[in-house]
Amino acid sequence: MKKISILDRILLLVTGLLAAYQIVVGIDKAGTLATWAYTIAFGVLLVAGLLIIIMGFEILDSPLVVIVSTIIPLTLSLGLVSEYLPQYETVYLIFTIVGFLFIIFTRSAKNKALKVIPVASVHGIAGMTIFLLPIIFSIQGKAPAGFAWVGIGGALIGVGGLLLTFLKSGKAILSKEMILTVLPALLLLMTTAFVVGFSAG
Amino acid sequence: MNKIKDKLRLYTPLIKSLQTALLLITGLAGYMSARCPVTTRPTMLGLALSLFLTISGSTILNMWYDRDIDAKMGRTSKRPLPAGKVDPTEVLLVGLFISILGVGIGLAMDILYGIIIFGGIFIDVVIYTIWLKRKTAWSIVWGGISGGMPILAGRALGIGGIDWIGIALMLAILFWIPTHILTFSIRYRKDYAAAGVPTFPSTYGDKVTQIIIAISSVLAALAIGIAAYGIGTNWGFLRLMVVLSGGLLALAITSVIKPSEKVNFGLFKYASLYMLSSMILLMF
Repeated sequence: MKKISILDRILLLVTGLLAAYQIVVGIDKAGTLATWAYTIAFGVLLVAGLLIIIMGFEILDSPLVVIVSTIIPLTLSLGLVSEYLPQYETVYLIFTIVGFLFIIFTRSAKNKALKVIPVASVHGIAGMTIFLLPIIFSIQGKAPAGFAWVGIGGALIGVGGLLLTFLKSGKAILSKEMILTVLPALLLLMTTAFVVGFSAG
Repeated sequence: MNKIKDKLRLYTPLIKSLQTALLLITGLAGYMSARCPVTTRPTMLGLALSLFLTISGSTILNMWYDRDIDAKMGRTSKRPLPAGKVDPTEVLLVGLFISILGVGIGLAMDILYGIIIFGGIFIDVVIYTIWLKRKTAWSIVWGGISGGMPILAGRALGIGGIDWIGIALMLAILFWIPTHILTFSIRYRKDYAAAGVPTFPSTYGDKVTQIIIAISSVLAALAIGIAAYGIGTNWGFLRLMVVLSGGLLALAITSVIKPSEKVNFGLFKYASLYMLSSMILLMF
């Protein structure tokens, strides 16, 4: 397992500070549900970053990582839907809760397909929402152009999620060493894109 | 000049700089919770100086009294006193001088403030270290109360009295202390056993200790949240506090459900970071 370096810690600390900034001042104009959804998303990002700084990359070996890493895209997409597509808010909230519970309950399943399908489908829908919604709204002029950065953050979170998922399933695209090397920078880029995008949105 | 440098090098470990700094920050946060954004610079400096001296003096006196048990523990045996690098009588005199100076400055600034920091050092040195530490694992309750005195003192200096927010802030520190000390006593159980110091893990076992850590983490987070709400901390900072508290609770619960050395020490470090972050948030 790769040892966490000083540079990794700095990148994760900056990521955490950006996430904390977003929680404190970046989401004040959103409605109640969106505010709490974004708070949970950036909160998980902040706490996860702090825990990696404190406990090292070994923490990523925990079976809880799959469940915790689902929370970020689910709640972020819920916030976006609540804010920009309020007519689908209730439906998406139900999808979020059911999808999350489904992932928790199927984690202990012996059947591999039953384990993978819920994660892939829930991540897929949430990821596409984060990626497409801001870009489409920016192109249509329903949101400022800078809001598209949230979509770019969504693409980056998708890349990170895919790398971790394939690693966990034993079919890694990149070596574990390489994934852990790029992960802190990827998290920082992703969070920066979100902060820039939300400040414009 | 070199002699002074050598003395400073020997005395610095006697004040446990990180712990002293954290307690000092709690005192400043208590004061700023009442006065921010308008704070008086001379009062802030006086507060910082008196607390630094009192906390350092208290730590030096504890080190002086505990030098025999420190010599029996691997973790502490290399400290200047058990290692015989400093004269115990000199350390006692320095500890007493610094403590009296700190409390004296405190009393000169404000009687109530001075009495509270005197209460803190009295509880820490006399009740916790001299009387109870070697007799019962429950001594940490008194250690927690003394640890809560700087924040209560800071708040009292800021508002000129003791209010429910000051008590809630003190309780937050009191409940946070078990998370800090008990995770430490699990990690260094052999050291404490060698020195004959009763701890929760040696008296009640790991499971009970981990449950107490989890409960005290919940209570600490609740107390600090209630105090922050009472102070009028803005919603953004409150949300951030909720998030950080969530991390503390998640780790505490994990340490009960799936205990491991890694999680235990992670909780110890996170608890310190949590307290530091919460104090900074209370200042705004």
